[in-house]
Amino acid sequence: MYVAVKGGERAIDNAHAWLAEERRGDPNVAELSVAQIREQLKLAVNRVMAEGSLCDPDLAALAIKQARGDLIEAIFLIRAYRTTLPRFGATAPVDTAQMACDRRISATFKDAPGGQVLGPTFDYTHRLLDFQLAADGEVPDAPVAPPREEATPHITGFLNQEGLIQSEPESDETPPDLTREPLELPAGRPLRLQNLTRGDEGFILGMAYSTQRGYARNHAFVGELRIGTCVLELELPELGFAVEIGEVELTECETMNQFAGSKTEPPQFTRGYGLVFGQSERKAISMALVDRALRWKELGEDDMGAPAQDEEFVLYHSDNIQATGFLEHIKLPHYVDFQAELELVRRLRREAMSSGHQEAAE
Amino acid sequence: MTATFDRKTWMGILAQAPAQDLCRLWSDLGFSPKYTWLRAPEIGAAMVRGRAGGTGAPFNLGEVTVTRCSLQLEGGQVGHAYVQGRDKAKAMQAALVDAMMQTEMAGPLTQLLLEPLAADRMAAQRARASKAAATKVDFFTMARGED
Repeated sequence: MYVAVKGGERAIDNAHAWLAEERRGDPNVAELSVAQIREQLKLAVNRVMAEGSLCDPDLAALAIKQARGDLIEAIFLIRAYRTTLPRFGATAPVDTAQMACDRRISATFKDAPGGQVLGPTFDYTHRLLDFQLAADGEVPDAPVAPPREEATPHITGFLNQEGLIQSEPESDETPPDLTREPLELPAGRPLRLQNLTRGDEGFILGMAYSTQRGYARNHAFVGELRIGTCVLELELPELGFAVEIGEVELTECETMNQFAGSKTEPPQFTRGYGLVFGQSERKAISMALVDRALRWKELGEDDMGAPAQDEEFVLYHSDNIQATGFLEHIKLPHYVDFQAELELVRRLRREAMSSGHQEAAE
Repeated sequence: MTATFDRKTWMGILAQAPAQDLCRLWSDLGFSPKYTWLRAPEIGAAMVRGRAGGTGAPFNLGEVTVTRCSLQLEGGQVGHAYVQGRDKAKAMQAALVDAMMQTEMAGPLTQLLLEPLAADRMAAQRARASKAAATKVDFFTMARGED
């Protein structure tokens, strides 16, 4: 049966006009500027940049405004914009050992060189609503102390000296890019890390939490968590050398997991790694836990059948734009599909009923 | 005393400078050199890479927006700019300074533009590091009174 699919233009235009009005809200309340979102809702901006896979705070703030605060919708806008940009190249891998740290903590070494630097954290706040924020915006200047002059060393470097932690194989191999080629399994670690860093925070958090609760033996220590800025260097084809083009704020998490050893490796600690745009520490810790769980095969561990060990399950369900696209499409017109199902169910009912009548008659 | 910067360094200073600061210092100099575009300002992206475990194999982290342009002064000097973000005016000013740093104007540009920008950046980094330092934990052990 043919079903008309034209005729919605006026309704759609009017719906979008109303959307614009609702987005603005009460006109007696001052309108939010993109700069206000960028400066004052920075962690939302960070999430949109990380999962949108594009670091540009102004664009992320604009997307949040346009999406009325729906962060997945905002991520969708950024992903769409990203595809319009020509790619000028790839930066040299960021040197996180040279990060200008705002925050740097270790849950494993109290007296780590460089110390425990808390930074602008929610930790140790009482999670009580602060009604002063609703009253006025005056904040006192943050206290200062003589700054550290040298770079802050990575904690894992100290364990490495004793051979107590698995070392990362050195490589300068060009990594695969899932924004250019479809994801294929089995994925190597570079592809998994790219997938995880742009994956949905809630999904990655849930997967990480499952490993803590016993789905995959994975007791992680946060060896180090650092947040700060790293310089970006891009090799310029015109000049034949690399120059600084800017800097990005990053959160890096290195976890350490006990490892009993295998046929080829002595007992030692193994590593999970998280690196995410912006101040995004829940995501970075989650990423490190899931990264570690997915490494079971290369470390010669047992497959516990846990969801977080299942590369296909994790990597194919982590992307919130793919997920929401497929999920939300089912609300769009399926009139013809449904008409076919309706006809089928009617026919099956007719057949069932008529055979029932026959049985009753016999 | 005037420092001397190599090209890699001055291009970095220009890219890292806040757009409004570069614009102000450039305008104050009052230069208006004639130039032709070799590549008009163009917005694109660069893929940022990290390394597994901080030191291992590279992986793709996500992109940043970048604006680039190239121009040539009447004297023949070519200036390039690759700067993070989507500010075409900033890219143009950075490319002009890059080109003029190859002329006899290098001295005044270094003194009146590059040095202040480098100093401002260092001061901003220091201000942030000072706030971080104030949040460093000083552990002390409580006396347990066992002896």
